[in-house]
Amino acid sequence: MRKSWWKILAVVLISLVIIAGLLAPVPVLPILHESIRNVYFHVPMWTAMLVLYFISVIYSIKYLNTGKQEYDFMAVEAVNTGITFCFMGLATGMLWANITWGDPWPNDPKLNGSAIATLMYLAYLVLRNALEEEQKRAKISAVYNIFSFPIMIVLLYILPKLTDSLHPGSGGNSTFGNLDMNNQLRPVFYTAVIGWILIGTWMLSLRYRMRLIESKQNEIN
Amino acid sequence: MNLLQQVKTLVYKDAILEWRSKYAINSILLYVISTVFVCYQAFKSVDATIWNALFWIIMLFASVNAINKSFIQESQQRQLYYYSIVNPRAIILSKIFYNMCLMAFLAVIAFLTYSVVFRNPLGDPSLYFFTVILGSISFASVFTMVSGITSKAGNNSTLMAILSFPVIIPLLIVLIKLSQNAMQGIDRTQSINEIVVLIAINIITITVSLLLFPYLWRD
Repeated sequence: MRKSWWKILAVVLISLVIIAGLLAPVPVLPILHESIRNVYFHVPMWTAMLVLYFISVIYSIKYLNTGKQEYDFMAVEAVNTGITFCFMGLATGMLWANITWGDPWPNDPKLNGSAIATLMYLAYLVLRNALEEEQKRAKISAVYNIFSFPIMIVLLYILPKLTDSLHPGSGGNSTFGNLDMNNQLRPVFYTAVIGWILIGTWMLSLRYRMRLIESKQNEIN
Repeated sequence: MNLLQQVKTLVYKDAILEWRSKYAINSILLYVISTVFVCYQAFKSVDATIWNALFWIIMLFASVNAINKSFIQESQQRQLYYYSIVNPRAIILSKIFYNMCLMAFLAVIAFLTYSVVFRNPLGDPSLYFFTVILGSISFASVFTMVSGITSKAGNNSTLMAILSFPVIIPLLIVLIKLSQNAMQGIDRTQSINEIVVLIAINIITITVSLLLFPYLWRD
C-alpha cells in the first residue's frame, strides 16, 4: 500500500477525468462546441509523452556516466511508452481536427512537427535494431537520444510559435490559457495531466521490470 | 598542445588529405553540377517556389553525400592513434569546422551554377547568398555528428539517411522560409527571427556534439 499509493491515485484521477470530462458542464464556444472536452484527453497525451521522453534523456545521460545496463533499459522503455502516448495524441488530435478544422490532417506546422518528431524517435528504435553488440548499442543510442531531444523541443514548441498555426498559442492565435481555458475547464484539465503522467510512469515501470526479468533469463541460459 | 592548436592541425591534415586525392570534392562537384543540369533539362523553366525547393533538395543530398565520407577514411587503427595523442573534442570540432568550410565552398559553386543555368529573378540576392552560406554551415554541423554516430554503426548509408533526415527537417523548414523571404525581397527586418533560430540550432547542435562525442568515440 505504501509503495502503490500513486498507482491507486492514477486510477482514481483518470476515472474522475473520464466521468467529469464527459459529464461536467463546459463553456459554450463557437466551432468547438462539445468537442472542447477533447482538451482533457488530447493535450495530456503530449504532456505525458514529453515527461517520458525527458525521463529517457535523463537515463541516457546517467547511462553514459556510469555504463549500467539498467539505465539503458529505462531509457529505451521510456521511449517505447512515450511513442505509445505520441500515437494516442496523434489519434485524438486527428479526431478533433476532423470535427473542428474539417480535415484529419490539415497542413499545420505543429502537426508536421509532431509527425517528424515521431519519425525521429522511430529512427532511434531502428538504430537500436541495427546494432548487435549490447554495450555499443546502448552507448550509441543514448548519444542519439540526447542529440534528438532538443530538436524535438524545437519542432514541437518553437517552430510552430514562429509561423501561423491552427493550434492555439501560435501565430497570432491566442492561447487557451487566457481566452477559453476558464475555471470550468481548469480543475479537470490539471487532474487529467497529472493522471496521464502517472499512468505513463506506471506503464514505464511495468515495461522496465519486464525487461529486467527478460535480461535475467537470458543470463541464465 | 592545447585544444585550438590540435583543431588547427587536424583541419590542416584533413585539407591536405583531400587536396592530395581530390576524390571527395570532385565527386561532389560532379554530383552537384550534373543534378543541376538534369533539373534544368527536366524543367526548363519553373516558378519561384519550385526553383527554391529544388535548390535546397540538391543541397541536401549533396551535403549528405559529402559529409557521409567524413568518418569513413578514419580507420580503427588511426582512431586509436588519435585517441592517444589528442582530445576527442578536438576531433569533432575539427571535423565540424572542416565540413563547414567544405560545404560553404560547395554551396557557393552550386549556387553559382544553379543561378547561371537556371535563371530566376531574386529580390534580395545578398540575403539569399547569406542564407545559402548559413544553410550549408548548419547542414555541416548537424550531419557531422550524425555521421559520427553512423560510423560507429558500420558506416551504413541507409542508417545515415534514417537518422539525419528527421533531424534536418526543422532546419530545412526555416531555411526555405528564409530563402523565400529573400526571393520576394521582403524587408530584412522580417527575416531576423528565422536567422536567430538558425544560429540557435547551430549553437545547440555544436554544443551537444561537443558534449556527446567523447562518449561516442571510446570503444
